[in-house]
Amino acid sequence: MSIGHALLGLLEGGPRHGYDLKRAYDERFGHDRPLHYGQVYSTLSRLLKNGLVSEAGVEAGDGPERKRYAITDAGVTDVERWLGTPEKPEPYLQNTLYAKVVLALLSGRSATEVLDTQRAAHLTTMRELTRRKADGDLADQLICDFALFHLEADLRWLELTAARLDKLAEEMAR
Amino acid sequence: MTSLLTAEGLYKSFGKTNALDGAGISIREGEVVAIMGPSGSGKSTLLHCLAGILPPDSGTVTYRGRDLTGMNDGARSELRRTEFGFVFQFGQLVPELTCLENVALPLRLSGMKRRDAERASKEWMARLEVDTVADQRPGETSGGQGQRVAVARALVTSPKVVFADEPTGALDSLNGERVMHLLTTAARETGAAVVLVTHEPRVAAYSDREVVVRDGRSRDVEFVR
Repeated sequence: MSIGHALLGLLEGGPRHGYDLKRAYDERFGHDRPLHYGQVYSTLSRLLKNGLVSEAGVEAGDGPERKRYAITDAGVTDVERWLGTPEKPEPYLQNTLYAKVVLALLSGRSATEVLDTQRAAHLTTMRELTRRKADGDLADQLICDFALFHLEADLRWLELTAARLDKLAEEMAR
Repeated sequence: MTSLLTAEGLYKSFGKTNALDGAGISIREGEVVAIMGPSGSGKSTLLHCLAGILPPDSGTVTYRGRDLTGMNDGARSELRRTEFGFVFQFGQLVPELTCLENVALPLRLSGMKRRDAERASKEWMARLEVDTVADQRPGETSGGQGQRVAVARALVTSPKVVFADEPTGALDSLNGERVMHLLTTAARETGAAVVLVTHEPRVAAYSDREVVVRDGRSRDVEFVR
């Protein structure tokens, strides 16, 4: 998640100060991982240095930082470019899981056990997400669904591999 | 929690194929259990044996201390009608009856008066959000609505166990999720256990735990943190 781009996107709705931005970010994207103030201010100062935001006056108040920031034209272009560029589709787990299966087979351990343990962990996470979905609003549901479909893809791979273990063991023994 | 429904050492073959090869499972009161496994692994056969639809070649199925395998057909059907509810992938509603009559059917078969049966059915249809199609025939409803009518019919008798075999198999994701959400919520509210056969992990995620069937043998898979 690019925090800089997320903050820029939030600023497109109008100038905000740092605390306000953090709150907006946490509310929309920070369910599991709220931003630290330090992250917000260091990101803002980087955006300022790169000309993607500008200072837009100081708000009267008691807080430590009441400086308001506005997105610049360069900032808007940057958000547009970010939205238009696809994320790298990363096969993040397969390598590790594949290695575990192969090593289990090579060492005469139960590869089924490895796969079932992983599968149970995946399903536990999927259950938690499903419960969270039931209690959440549409935004929660969409975020959880994204994770659920990805975990489901992993699980399908685990199942397929479990069904092909004998063949894999045969090929490795050759 | 005590076991409500238990199967031990089940064997069942169809011709030369061993569908079940020593499978066992234990269902506790009020829990939602997903039976998973690849096609042809024996998961549906296990469900059919558990529900008393199919007699195993050997092994026992015990429901609240009563041995299903030893019962005669009449006693078994009686048990299925009064204690169990069923939801299948499709083809379970009577096409000539309205949706309301379909939901009321199990109550009518148990001898309940039409008015009482329809009143209870309407409540269930409202809970499953299909009260709007009460007077339509199943063929006039969407797939998702039809499945929710089937769930209402499965729950109308206040069963202790609901058997659901790929209940979302013919539905798109959104309708499938809706059926699962309503089914599991209603079951949890009424304390019914659900035995859910599915090959879809996202559907299984509505369960409390899962049992995996491979080559006719079952295995409890629980994640210990």
